[in-house]
Amino acid sequence: MKIAFTTSGSELTAPLDQRFGRAFKFLVYDLEKDTFEVIDNKQNLDAAQGAGIQSAGTVARSGADALVSGHCGPKAFRVLLAAGIKVFYSDVPTVSEALDAYRQGKLIESGTADVEGHWE
Amino acid sequence: MNIAVASGKGGTGKTTVSVNLARMLGSKVQLLDCDVEEPNAHLFFQAEPKEKMEVTIPVPQVDEGLCDGCGECAKFCRYHAIVSFGTTPLIFPEMCHGCGGCTMVCPKKAIREMDKRIGMVETSQTGHITLIQGRLDVGVAMAPPLIRAVKGCLQEGGTAILDAPPGTSCPVIATLRNTDFVILVTEPTPFGLNDLQLAVDMVREIGIPFGVVVNRFGVGDNRVHQFCSEQQINVLLEIPDDRRIAETYSRGELIVDSLPEYRQLFKGLLDRTINR
Repeated sequence: MKIAFTTSGSELTAPLDQRFGRAFKFLVYDLEKDTFEVIDNKQNLDAAQGAGIQSAGTVARSGADALVSGHCGPKAFRVLLAAGIKVFYSDVPTVSEALDAYRQGKLIESGTADVEGHWE
Repeated sequence: MNIAVASGKGGTGKTTVSVNLARMLGSKVQLLDCDVEEPNAHLFFQAEPKEKMEVTIPVPQVDEGLCDGCGECAKFCRYHAIVSFGTTPLIFPEMCHGCGGCTMVCPKKAIREMDKRIGMVETSQTGHITLIQGRLDVGVAMAPPLIRAVKGCLQEGGTAILDAPPGTSCPVIATLRNTDFVILVTEPTPFGLNDLQLAVDMVREIGIPFGVVVNRFGVGDNRVHQFCSEQQINVLLEIPDDRRIAETYSRGELIVDSLPEYRQLFKGLLDRTINR
């Protein structure tokens, strides 16, 4: 199983980006192999419209089964739902802490978007 | 002859120039308020709209029975209005620009178009001026299709003044396209200069002849004039920084009506643009 985290860096110690659509990067962690890859999200950082939709598409194509981010807007959530990706919200500072929280079952799957579009 | 009045910066006096120029012309003219997100040219004319037209764009609707989830529509859509993961695509009508491309690329002919309202075009008549104004519905992000609908009311062969939205992005390009001349309104401040430079780059890129009107002449510094002289850009008019002009504007009156001493200035602008 693969799990995607929004982040501004390229390592597990990097901060967990609270934004989804305009996150700098996605760190996709493979729980079976204990390896990860980092996907750039630069194209969406400057998008006026549709950043969340695009980002959700990127996460879906990465093969991730779940996403951990700070927040997620309604359009992105609709796409993630359609792609069968579970969404978890977390406010921990780093990716590795979010990963630990996930492994320990401390994160609760969300059934809805938690912010309006363009919230930040 | 179609003349657009544009500016990089907002609040420089595009509408002031547009409405006074239209009034000064004295013969039949169409005045198009293309600032459809915040139309305000009507505030200078008390006429009630004599015609109202609803504007729609076609947005896709997928027939789930015909769709095989190939995803061609999503691949085609530049505006991320369609997303597909091998299933029936998700559609976001608020992102759709109404280009119709998805219906064309769908191999199963599973997409048909539904009309989605984006705003209104209102027409009113005041003396020799026909005001055509677009009004985008609240919550709609797509100004260009409505601007194109406003321009669709243009009468061939006549004279038209197009009041553009501020900036240098899609709504401005949609307004400027196919006009014969652009008046760029600015003010002699560092902000005015910065945004004028952007607007000049834009107009040069699309290749329309243009000149500059300096509003609030007397404030700020002379860097706008320096820039224009270095770039060999014609300064068509300087509107003085006169408190009475601001007062006239705030009462919704036209400068050329309320302050007749300025008629000659706008007459000069006419001679250098429409009557050129």
